[in-house]
Amino acid sequence: MIDKTLKTCAEAVSRVFDGATVMLGGFGDPGLPGVLIEALREHGAKDLWVIHNGAGQGDYALAGLMDDGRVRKLTCSFPSHPGNKAFANRYMRGEIELELVPQGTLCERIRAAGAGLGGFFTPTGAGTELAAGKETRMINGREHVFEMPLSADFAFVRAYQGDRLGNLTYRMAMLNFNVPMCTAAKHVVAEIDELVPAGGIDPQQVHTPGIFVDHVVHCARHPVLASKVNLQNPGRA
Amino acid sequence: MLSRHGIAYRVSIDLPEGSYVNLGIGIPNLIGDMLPPGKEIFFHSENGILGMGPAPPAGQEDIDLINAGKQYVTVIPGASFFDHPTSFSMIRGGHIDFCVLGALQVAANGDLANWRTPGEKVPGVGGAMDLAFGVKNIFVTMTHVAKDGSPKILNNCTLPLTAPRCVRRIFTDMALIDVTPDGLVLREVAPGLTPEQVQAKTEPRLTVAADCREMTIPEKYRAARGAG
Repeated sequence: MIDKTLKTCAEAVSRVFDGATVMLGGFGDPGLPGVLIEALREHGAKDLWVIHNGAGQGDYALAGLMDDGRVRKLTCSFPSHPGNKAFANRYMRGEIELELVPQGTLCERIRAAGAGLGGFFTPTGAGTELAAGKETRMINGREHVFEMPLSADFAFVRAYQGDRLGNLTYRMAMLNFNVPMCTAAKHVVAEIDELVPAGGIDPQQVHTPGIFVDHVVHCARHPVLASKVNLQNPGRA
Repeated sequence: MLSRHGIAYRVSIDLPEGSYVNLGIGIPNLIGDMLPPGKEIFFHSENGILGMGPAPPAGQEDIDLINAGKQYVTVIPGASFFDHPTSFSMIRGGHIDFCVLGALQVAANGDLANWRTPGEKVPGVGGAMDLAFGVKNIFVTMTHVAKDGSPKILNNCTLPLTAPRCVRRIFTDMALIDVTPDGLVLREVAPGLTPEQVQAKTEPRLTVAADCREMTIPEKYRAARGAG
């Protein structure tokens, strides 16, 4: 019998090695795998290349990982949020390499990797400094920029429901980067709000089919994330 | 002169019933509250929402429902949620009708600079470039001049571009200006201003439209000293 459930996030991150490329899902708080990231901090792997939309906030999860000096490179679209002090400090000291990618290009590079594609041409960025040095081609009279696929060794996401087969659903704005990231890494782990029996998710409602997922961990959300809002919050312990 | 809300009010008049609209942060964020009751517009948020509604009352926030500016929001009946690749397919694929963005500089040919500020420590682009390249109609809202009084509508942008030749219409605290193949056309001036006063704060030459008129703006959205 297939059983992709793990008891703890510590087990789930135990394979992460020094120098690994790690996708972290979420946009803002929704979908952010806060417990897995804290487990990764405990685990101790270093020289990580992190792929995430932002650069973390406050002193928990990704910001904590940055503060701990464990991130060598960040690929993201928006690291300039005022709450991203941990990243800003390291970046200003030249301790973290930054690859800045337009948000639509970032998610499509991840999607392309997951779909087995060798990249794509997009108009986004043509003629701007973010396209400097990249291959371009005129397509239907418009300049397009070639963008490479973006894959990772690990992807960590937060989902709403999951089953032992790795099928996942998300609530509301949790889908964001989590759907493509689950397709684009060698080893994919989802922390979930609810563990349901196989068949407990209507097949019509599955957002991430289990084929893309290696492990699910049923756990309350990261305490900082879970404490921000009191009502309608399925992630509270 | 118009207040920030006055600029947002003027933009809201130009968003037609039935349109799909993405709003940037700042002044564009005020537009949702300006729409008359019954005007059905679907607001898009990059992080996977179509049919975004107003902010929830305190205590009614949902932990999984934020907009691209990381603020708690609501959804209206008929809304949908989707992942990032689908969201940016709506943007890049030309399915979003209007995007209203703030700007640091706009050039006479419609070049837009709004993603890198002078002296910033950490650059961030977010979805600005995808929107500027992908959405059919780019509307810009901004104060007409910078804090030091210098024009923000220029012959050429001096800051790094977000996208070339993308801006369709400029809404400021002083004027409404269209970007056309023949250059900038002054369509409306804020209450109490003349075309000459607008031109004096604008670097490129403005063509004053034959039907150029004073904006119709409720008194409460006017500002004595500009939008600040």
